Amino acid sequence: MAKTPVTIPELVAQFGPTLNRIPATGWNADVEPDRIVKTHCCFCGQQCGIQLKVKDNRVIGFEPWEDFPFNQGRLCPKGVKRYMQDEHPDRLKAPLLRKDGTGFVPVSWNEALDKVASEIRRIQQTYGPDAFALLGGASLTNEKAYLMGKFARVAVRTANIDYNGRLCMVSAGAASKKVFGIDRSANPWSDIPLAKAILVAGANVAECAPITTNYLWQARENGGKLIVMDPRMTPIARNADLYIPVRSGGDIGVFNGMLHVMIERGWIDREFIARHTTGWDAVEETVRKYTPEYAAKIAGVPASMIVKAAEIWGPAPTSFLLHARGIEHHSKGVKNCMAAINLVVATGRIGREGCGYAMITGQGNGQGGREQGQKCDQLPGARDIENPEHRKYIAGVWGVAEETIPHKGLSMVPIMEAIHAGKIKGLLAISSNPMVSLPNSAFMREAYEKLEFFAQIDFFLSETARYADVVLAGSLMEEDEGTTTNVEGRVIHHQKAVDPPGHARADWRILCDIAARLGQADKFKFESPKAIFDELRVASKGGVSDYFGITWERIDREKGVFWPCPSAEHPGTPRLYEGNKFNHPDGKAHFQPVEWQPAAEETDSEYPIILTTGRVVSHYLSGTQTRRIGALVDQYPQPLCEMHPLLAAKLGIAEGDFVQVESRRGSVTVRANVVKTIRPDTVFVPYHWPLDRAANNMTVRAIDPVSNIPEYKICAVRVTRVPAPHDAIAELEMQAGGVR
Amino acid sequence: MNGAETMEFFIDHSRCIGCRACVQACEECDTHRGVSMIHLETIMRADSVQTAPQVCMHCEDPICAQVCPADAIKKTPDGVVQSSLKPRCIGCSNCVLACPFGVPKYKAEINQMMKCDMCYDRTSIGKRPMCATVCPSGALAFTTRENIERTRQGVAIREWQFGGEVVRTKVNVLVPRSVQKIDVSIEQIGTTTTDEYDVAKLLMGD
Repeated sequence: MAKTPVTIPELVAQFGPTLNRIPATGWNADVEPDRIVKTHCCFCGQQCGIQLKVKDNRVIGFEPWEDFPFNQGRLCPKGVKRYMQDEHPDRLKAPLLRKDGTGFVPVSWNEALDKVASEIRRIQQTYGPDAFALLGGASLTNEKAYLMGKFARVAVRTANIDYNGRLCMVSAGAASKKVFGIDRSANPWSDIPLAKAILVAGANVAECAPITTNYLWQARENGGKLIVMDPRMTPIARNADLYIPVRSGGDIGVFNGMLHVMIERGWIDREFIARHTTGWDAVEETVRKYTPEYAAKIAGVPASMIVKAAEIWGPAPTSFLLHARGIEHHSKGVKNCMAAINLVVATGRIGREGCGYAMITGQGNGQGGREQGQKCDQLPGARDIENPEHRKYIAGVWGVAEETIPHKGLSMVPIMEAIHAGKIKGLLAISSNPMVSLPNSAFMREAYEKLEFFAQIDFFLSETARYADVVLAGSLMEEDEGTTTNVEGRVIHHQKAVDPPGHARADWRILCDIAARLGQADKFKFESPKAIFDELRVASKGGVSDYFGITWERIDREKGVFWPCPSAEHPGTPRLYEGNKFNHPDGKAHFQPVEWQPAAEETDSEYPIILTTGRVVSHYLSGTQTRRIGALVDQYPQPLCEMHPLLAAKLGIAEGDFVQVESRRGSVTVRANVVKTIRPDTVFVPYHWPLDRAANNMTVRAIDPVSNIPEYKICAVRVTRVPAPHDAIAELEMQAGGVR
Repeated sequence: MNGAETMEFFIDHSRCIGCRACVQACEECDTHRGVSMIHLETIMRADSVQTAPQVCMHCEDPICAQVCPADAIKKTPDGVVQSSLKPRCIGCSNCVLACPFGVPKYKAEINQMMKCDMCYDRTSIGKRPMCATVCPSGALAFTTRENIERTRQGVAIREWQFGGEVVRTKVNVLVPRSVQKIDVSIEQIGTTTTDEYDVAKLLMGD
């Protein structure tokens, strides 16, 4: 029974989150580091270069790394304070065993690993091989992501492995694959400043990808025009040439409406369309009814904005589309992305300097994490697990019989639903905190409580790890070595700065040791992450995401290498689709006609307000790391409910009042932040916090039928003014889920 | 001085995204580790997301030094106005009140005024100031004037008019090309209209 062994406040008292405020050597200026390690930030998909200062096996500070081309020393506040996650009082330093009524007790690695292996065996023998599931994550290095996929198929032999990129990048990936045949941003970021029209759709760049801001502003210095679509006036929207305050879920109205106007005015490239694409006629037919007036009703904005957007985008000589979770986190997320990409293909502005598009990957290894085979439908090299040729090749690399590789399993939300339904009985997870990050938290908690066995590899006791039977003390990014693939498709090298503290171990060693206990030692005989990478290179060879020509040495020498890179002599591929060569067998881009459809849950008289969720600049994802760093918590200590003064007045709410935001599934009680920078029909609550402060208490468990991404960006709520809460959870520190 | 190679400090308020990377990084600077000297002002959050970073402008004739009764505020030969000298500072806060940019802050725990010194420890050894190195938006930049003129549409100016007083600063601000100096008259203060950022108004259309 995976319930918390003692109360939440008792667990918080022991394991935090508590705040680290002081560097390992104090706020002294005179401490000379032993080493300065050139590496990368562990947080978002931009993977900024950073130098960590190390003394006596402790990370004591940072120094900007100005020579790394992507960020040239630039960092956001998370990157600056990232080193404060090291030498942290909450750090797990030994494996823990859940003891009912006592809490978690440290045990030996042998005891912990034996327990995990025997429970995997027991559950699979009792309920079948797929009754044990695995969850990976997109903060894992490529090496670890690869290892998770192999571990699932070769050691555990379950079909049910998926990863938390399912909550992040899959709509973008699916759309790109359908249109172009490759799931990757089409261009390096250096193309952004060369674009004369830029459309940022559903991306709060300033807070979620801050380093990209400079690229956008540089485009504008060069005379480029910026269009931003967002229900909230985000910091980049404030100074955009055109800000479109689109209703959440209304994006297709803007995209199809723009295309309608562009066709009418002759701003499409018919020669390109004829030579290099398929499916245009259906798109033209579909957007015929999307007059600005019709489109405006869907988008919830004045028709004139859609016309103006077409006037900026349509005739521009060069253009760049950037999209992110704002359009992707929908039950029509893939359609949203395809409708946006149609604007790129219709103008033929792709595959050359200053022309193309990118999805802004959210997680650290959001790109690489989705290529190496930890997705339920995928084998390494972004291969298809149902393709016989692909299976055969990977079976050869792994030295197993093809028929022993399981077929397609369940994706992340259906895995949780199968757990809830009693079909999956055991779970081993790493690099994710679903109790904060999955929609409909109450349902997810029920699911975790139904597991017969749950093990989590973690460096801090996250809100989810509290439900574990065994917690395996793993490693932070700076405690291990490996590669990630950044938002541009650039494969980069994370150097090891320090050893894991105490008895904590590198994640890959933990997985290999479990594999050995499951009788597969010979398939997991890796001496180092580099040995894993070398096998990954071979496994990816000939696949869409071909890493074969990439070595750690090359990455260091060239400051990153872009895939595909099929051979040692190959320079890598910063820009895809040059010469209008697309990755479908016919070499063409495939237009996808898109019709708008409503969200899974639209507003009604009972729940009349749209809730949209997202992030703030000083926190990262579920907050497991950033809610433990004092300076970042001080910057934004607790979630607020942003609402327009018109809505606030109607509800009798003033700035700073406590409000309950309530959907059919749950609620939060937080303070109101009354601002004119949001649509009056919409409220916003950031999602980094747990328990009674979790925005995902309200969100809806609806997923896109193609990508299976949850619909985080729209559900129906009501908002009421309430007294200050004083229960045991409310009294916790704010970083733990309390409220002040 | 070799003009082309001289590095200067530039602020472009229109680029600021309020991320506070500058504030977080400032306290990592060796001479005042643990204390941030840069100010990041949120202008009127209810009306707008506008924010503005404020480093010391390093006036040619620093008002903070003029009003200091203890002669505790010194300027380096290259024009950097430093924090108060510990042996001299009497903690009177004259400088705090007099600075037209609101930069110096009195630190009660050390009974001394401290302020941005343009990361003198870094700039004196050829590094860029911490804030201008990490700033993700380019709102803060430490580079050559030539580079700014080549890469930015605005014009860099460093002359301010506060009522009857003209103040020239070492630090530049980027403004539209039509502006020659920044005229801050008393009447302007508190009269900023911010309706242009009201999403409800935008939704009403033309």
